[in-house]
Amino acid sequence: MDVSIKILRYDPESDRKGHWENYIVDAEPEERILDLLHKIKWFEDGSLSFRKSCAHGVCGSDAMVINGENMLACQVLVKEVGNSLKIEPIRGLPVVKDLIVDMEPFFDSYKKVMPYLINEKEPGDRERLQSPEDRDRFEDTTKCILCAACTTSCPVFWTAESYVGPAAIVNAHRFVFDSRDEGSKQRLEILKDVNGAFRCRTAFNCTSACPRGIQVTKAIEDIKRETLLNN
Amino acid sequence: MKVIKHSFDGVIVGAGGAGLRAAIEAAPHMKLAVITKLYPTRSHTGAAQGGMSAALANVEEDNWNWHAFDTVKGSDYLADQPAVDILCKEAIDAVIELEHWGLPFSRLDNGKIAQRRFGGHTVKEGTAPAFRACYAADRTGHMILQTLYQKCVSMGVTFFDEFQVLDIKIEDGICQGVVAYELATGDIHIFETRAVTFATGGFGKIFKVSSNAHSLTGDGPGILYQKGIPLEDMEFYQFHPTGIYRLGILLSEAARGEGGILRNKDGERFMERYAPSIKDLAPRDMVSRAIATEISAGNGAGPDSDYVYLDLTHLGAETIKKKLPDITDFVRTYVKIEPIEEPIPVQPTAHYAMGGIPTDVNSRVLSDEKGTVLPGVYAAGEAACVSVHGANRLGTNSLLDIVVFGKRAGQSMVDYVTQTKPNQLSDNASNDLTKKITNLVEKEHTNEFSVAKIRKDLQDSMEENAKIFRTKETLEKQTEILEELRERYENVTIYDKGKVHNSELVEAIELDYLLDMSEATVSSALARNESRGAHSRQDFPDRDDTNFMKHSFAFKNENSANLKYRDVELGKYEPMERKY
Repeated sequence: MDVSIKILRYDPESDRKGHWENYIVDAEPEERILDLLHKIKWFEDGSLSFRKSCAHGVCGSDAMVINGENMLACQVLVKEVGNSLKIEPIRGLPVVKDLIVDMEPFFDSYKKVMPYLINEKEPGDRERLQSPEDRDRFEDTTKCILCAACTTSCPVFWTAESYVGPAAIVNAHRFVFDSRDEGSKQRLEILKDVNGAFRCRTAFNCTSACPRGIQVTKAIEDIKRETLLNN
Repeated sequence: MKVIKHSFDGVIVGAGGAGLRAAIEAAPHMKLAVITKLYPTRSHTGAAQGGMSAALANVEEDNWNWHAFDTVKGSDYLADQPAVDILCKEAIDAVIELEHWGLPFSRLDNGKIAQRRFGGHTVKEGTAPAFRACYAADRTGHMILQTLYQKCVSMGVTFFDEFQVLDIKIEDGICQGVVAYELATGDIHIFETRAVTFATGGFGKIFKVSSNAHSLTGDGPGILYQKGIPLEDMEFYQFHPTGIYRLGILLSEAARGEGGILRNKDGERFMERYAPSIKDLAPRDMVSRAIATEISAGNGAGPDSDYVYLDLTHLGAETIKKKLPDITDFVRTYVKIEPIEEPIPVQPTAHYAMGGIPTDVNSRVLSDEKGTVLPGVYAAGEAACVSVHGANRLGTNSLLDIVVFGKRAGQSMVDYVTQTKPNQLSDNASNDLTKKITNLVEKEHTNEFSVAKIRKDLQDSMEENAKIFRTKETLEKQTEILEELRERYENVTIYDKGKVHNSELVEAIELDYLLDMSEATVSSALARNESRGAHSRQDFPDRDDTNFMKHSFAFKNENSANLKYRDVELGKYEPMERKY
């Protein structure tokens, strides 16, 4: 079937104002939106730029706005979104070219929350023990692939770039609730800041946007509660 | 073209598991840069699912010698046994180290790391399937990649994200640096450095149906191959038995480790006929061949009789939810069926290169079949061939390989850097790359010579002629096709002439590597007149230990490869018939 795709194009070298470009692509209902973008790039217009890698929703390269919602282009099939598509770059990060945004501010926020295990104790020569129940407490937030779909769907982030955003809080959560970690105090101190977890207004956009099904808003609420308990 | 120069003691190319593990080892001892064409967390290590084997003996009695026996037998006796001993012995500490760095392994009730069954892993040299694969649900690779990246962030490792290394400078047989292309700007960066590790991953994109990411185009092996460095054991390419039908998306062997069963169109558990003792948990080469045989015997399912079923329906919703959440989600997303209730259509998918850049056990790159070390150049992970996987890799051993030999690459860099002085690389080091890029940009675009068309013809023909079953005839046919494709590639053109994120330009250069990988694969396969592991010649169905207990070394020569050989390093396990 024919699928009509409108893509927001931008090229800092030749098209600084940007424009909508229309494409008609012949597609099967089972094809991924990423497959359609490839058909355009490979056989029609080689200058169309977008990120991609694994093509099955685990690397987090191809988050974009498809018909108004943040999605991974490789995780959505034509039959789910219909034959008339509108595709734009994710919002709130500077556009570099076409569907590619500058990810540096996003990764900077991620790094701010100390996203690594902190535990100064000598662990010995075998594994630290952790019960399955303790392991389950942070299971959900270990799934994050840093695609930025959550952060760039957040209305607070759109208006305040300084907000660390849902993804960074998810990655703090992954360690705060890990029984092996001892760095929560420092992390919660960072997230108590004016640009931390309390900027969240529970719009739940992040939860709907997460391609990994992480309960993002709930994780942010967990962090808020933990911050209050620690005060 | 703007050229920017940097100076480092060491550079690591690639930021998947092997590159990051090498970085953790090397960073405290030198001025180090990690250069990656993706963001590190996009690397394909993150797509690995089922587990990482180590004889921790958390579930049952186990020891690393049994793991080594299984790895050697799984390799169809082509692996170098001293290297396998290192892999299996160091596996235990490697897993513990990852746990200490925070890797969230799944746990047993007693709090220890959980372990599951996997193909080809047994206790007591083949007696019964072993619980050896340490796992984090079915996203073990994701957790390894995240944990290693987190560790690098905590150490303040320097990354050049979305920079693609496209050339290495070797003068008088000694490494002098690499040249990279910055994707966001089109600028050229010269990295003056005396130690370089290639950890660029595999090249599954030479085939049409593959579990590999778009980015897996054999860049590291290609760069070295073009400089006259041979590629080892390229005829051995692994096809994973259970890719999602047509898409090739991987469904982990963990599905069978947890009890999943393969069935043909009649519902028959056909693996009972091919591997009576361990059935569905036979090594991947055997299971993939069994599936291909079932399909050609007319036992395939579907309108084109071209797939079989992976049946998980008897495992129960709870096991599936807890232990196989991701892969069952893939099935729901891409096939739109509920795997708790319905069997899944699968077919073999191009998955893993056993071959690659030849290295010794310290990850030092070898420049010939005699074992001559190329000073300052290292390789680890799928890009490399140690060889620990021989003719067929066992599941879970790749995640092990990246950490064990990634660490060794880092250590070798440290040794080399502390023994040598900083080098100087001239400003014209970028000339070759600049010329290549200028040629591509200046040539007028024609659809006939587009990157995508040549690549599609390459992938379709490799799928047709050089996949699971091969013959002299199919391989000779493919040799001719590759010659034609190479001629077309000489005229390749691109439409995008811009500097910012010109991924078409990069894809054109990657296609050169894909052609190189295909040529080396087909030449090596044509010369190996036997069937061993993943290399299956229908005209030579038996293993021939008299003539082929040896590794191939393919040297680039126009459109094919010159082949030389080195004997396999044996050890305590005598080659025997491989039965399961």
